[in-house]
Amino acid sequence: MSDNTHQNPQPVPFRGGGFRPQRIRGVGLAVFILLIAFVEWGTRVGFISNLTLPRPSAVFATFQDLIETGMLWKHLLPSLSRLAVGAALGVTVGVGVGVLIGLFSLIRAGLVPLVAALFPIPKIALLPLFVIWFGIDEGSKYALIALGTFTPTVVATYGAVDNVDRTLIRMGQSFGLGWFSIVRKIVLPGALPGILSGLRVSIAIGIILLVAAEMLGAQYGIGAYILEAGSLYDLERLFAGVVILSGLGVLTSGLIGWIERRVLAWRV
Amino acid sequence: MQLTLDAVSHRYADVTVLSDISLTIPEGQIVCIVGPSGCGKSTLLRFLGGLERPDQGQVLQNGPVPQGCLNPLTYVFQDFALLPWRDVAGNVSLVLEDHGIRGTKAAAVIDDVLARTKLSDFRAALPKQLSGGMKQRVAIARALAVNPAVMLMDEPLSALDAQTRELLMDDLIALWTRAPFTAVYVTHNLSEAVRLGHKIVVLSRRPGTIREIVEIDIPLTERHAGDPVLETHQARLWQLMREEAEAADKELGHV
Repeated sequence: MSDNTHQNPQPVPFRGGGFRPQRIRGVGLAVFILLIAFVEWGTRVGFISNLTLPRPSAVFATFQDLIETGMLWKHLLPSLSRLAVGAALGVTVGVGVGVLIGLFSLIRAGLVPLVAALFPIPKIALLPLFVIWFGIDEGSKYALIALGTFTPTVVATYGAVDNVDRTLIRMGQSFGLGWFSIVRKIVLPGALPGILSGLRVSIAIGIILLVAAEMLGAQYGIGAYILEAGSLYDLERLFAGVVILSGLGVLTSGLIGWIERRVLAWRV
Repeated sequence: MQLTLDAVSHRYADVTVLSDISLTIPEGQIVCIVGPSGCGKSTLLRFLGGLERPDQGQVLQNGPVPQGCLNPLTYVFQDFALLPWRDVAGNVSLVLEDHGIRGTKAAAVIDDVLARTKLSDFRAALPKQLSGGMKQRVAIARALAVNPAVMLMDEPLSALDAQTRELLMDDLIALWTRAPFTAVYVTHNLSEAVRLGHKIVVLSRRPGTIREIVEIDIPLTERHAGDPVLETHQARLWQLMREEAEAADKELGHV
């Protein structure tokens, strides 16, 4: 080997790194603030006309007004109770049916096509039907939200049951565990991560349907409030309503995240 | 308890995996089953424990089970099969709960088996916190908790690195010496087979038949890595298996 191969050592060029999402705090908030500040500046300068977008400070003032007059609760509480009752119904039945589909081939064969047929129907189209069936009051709204949360919950649940590690079930059988024990101690805990991530989607759909139902027939509720503001072209109030809905979405998603962190601490 | 395979044959779709296997697992011995990949050794083990049924032939159990035996035929799996949401003690208690053993009685059993597998300090750890060797120790502790008549071990050390494997082999030998158990030990690792097996059954490639049964009469405690007699056995086993493994390797998959 000649001598000059040993001269001029060069560092090996680095080619790794990247392709790994990292958690960066505060950026999300900064984007929000920048966007709002830009709109505020634009509306003040007149670069954005107040027919295009309301001034954020005016929306904020409207929101404060809502709180002070107590109208916020008057609208928010019925909405929350509709969402809670409807989603609780839909999710409970959905998880139950999903587990049954996951466990029994006969039920799977019978119900999977039915769920597939129900899933793509825009549930809001059925509201007139529900009004006849369950009455114009709360009943039809509960039914609408329940049906809307039911289908995604069923699909997520039986998918989650299908994905439970079969070797764990084999293990349970090999130790002579009973059928109910296997379901309760192996299948259900194993399906929980999938069920909870399905719940995120279901609740978001529930909120959308809640607003839709309230727009079609309610005196109080976020949806009714937004509809009224929209028909008067009161952009400040409309945006105040939208902010409440966004807040509701962030809140429920945060709640599910909190449950996941507590219940699924065993996940790798 | 003694287990007997009587003229067992089995096919998956149009592929014969096992053909006319007759074999007796005598009480108090470890029988190792070795063979090239895909020869049906794991299938054979599933037959022995009743997790699958052979097409032809039968699997017979004969003789009394030990006192306090909750689950006569008990598996130890290659991938441990621990419930990730239960801690070490919870994973052991899982197999006791269904037999109505709870509370202090269960705690006594759990303490005993965790001490025997050197896990006493880890009872509250979750599987994700444990190394592979520790996880398999938990699985062995769980198997011991039901006081089995026969342990059916499906490549229990194959997912572990070489050093951990050595340590766990020593542990298994110590466990067997303290209280000799009957076991069927499926492996593709010949050095494990000559260290642990009283009897080594060599299967041929698909369709699996018994090629030869090698008996090693050195006591388990006197077997050490590098022992010339064991090396000779291992070399002979490898000679038997080499052709089969080569041919099996060249076969097209039937999946």
